[in-house]
Amino acid sequence: MNTLVRENGDGDRAQTQQFVVPFASVTEAAESYTLEVEMPGVNKEGLEVSVENNELTIVGRRHFPTVEGALIHHESRAENFRRAFEFDPSVNADKISAKIDQGLVTLTVPKAEHVKPRKIVVS
Amino acid sequence: MSLIRYQSPELMSWPSLDRWMNLRDDLNSLVESPFWSSFGRPGQLFSGWSPALDLYQSNDNVVAVIELPGMSREDIETSLHDGTLTISGERKRETSGAEKSERTERYVSKFRRSITLPTHVDANKVSAIYRDGILTVTLPKAEEAKPKQISVS
Repeated sequence: MNTLVRENGDGDRAQTQQFVVPFASVTEAAESYTLEVEMPGVNKEGLEVSVENNELTIVGRRHFPTVEGALIHHESRAENFRRAFEFDPSVNADKISAKIDQGLVTLTVPKAEHVKPRKIVVS
Repeated sequence: MSLIRYQSPELMSWPSLDRWMNLRDDLNSLVESPFWSSFGRPGQLFSGWSPALDLYQSNDNVVAVIELPGMSREDIETSLHDGTLTISGERKRETSGAEKSERTERYVSKFRRSITLPTHVDANKVSAIYRDGILTVTLPKAEEAKPKQISVS
């Protein structure tokens, strides 16, 4: 799915840039959520993760391997990746951790203390 | 030639996908059952995912660039047969079983991608690099396939 996202560029100059929405998977464990986002061609330098209000935005800027010769068959997309997720208030946004390995972004989003399952000791 | 079409990602960014993924898994298991394999054309019935592929050609090389995010090197197989390059493998599900799936758009299954190469290549000199989720396969052209300048005397 393509989205035409209006972004504010440097300074006041408004820029329109086209992004590709990457595939993502979200899993929930007892203490945290895990987001996996596929961004082939993106490395640590090209990855931007930001949290604003209740929204997590992941932008991946691609760099392609430089190949000599003429392109004779083309399927890949040149656009950068962008995807935003809205958080539930039960998430501890201050403790999100991110890593990227072979073009796969893994974000660990811990749950807030008050929603974690806990055992109550019966006295 | 079995050229597996690239599946456009456009179809996949869809919220209630889990149900369909299950249905697809069911269909896959049906397709992969021994009943079908006796028909002897498993390539035509393959229903895993097909990663995006770009192909370049220069005077000396044919280069295939394939997007395979989040794989381990040992799970990627590259083979060359009869002028057809095939990249296949399997992405494994990494779960402890305690997690609950909220949204599944990523393919966790087998994949296969084949492309017929435009010229003869030297099968002994093929090299592959996997970096940032992109596999680059460099196939040097066979001597007889390289362009030659013929001088007019």
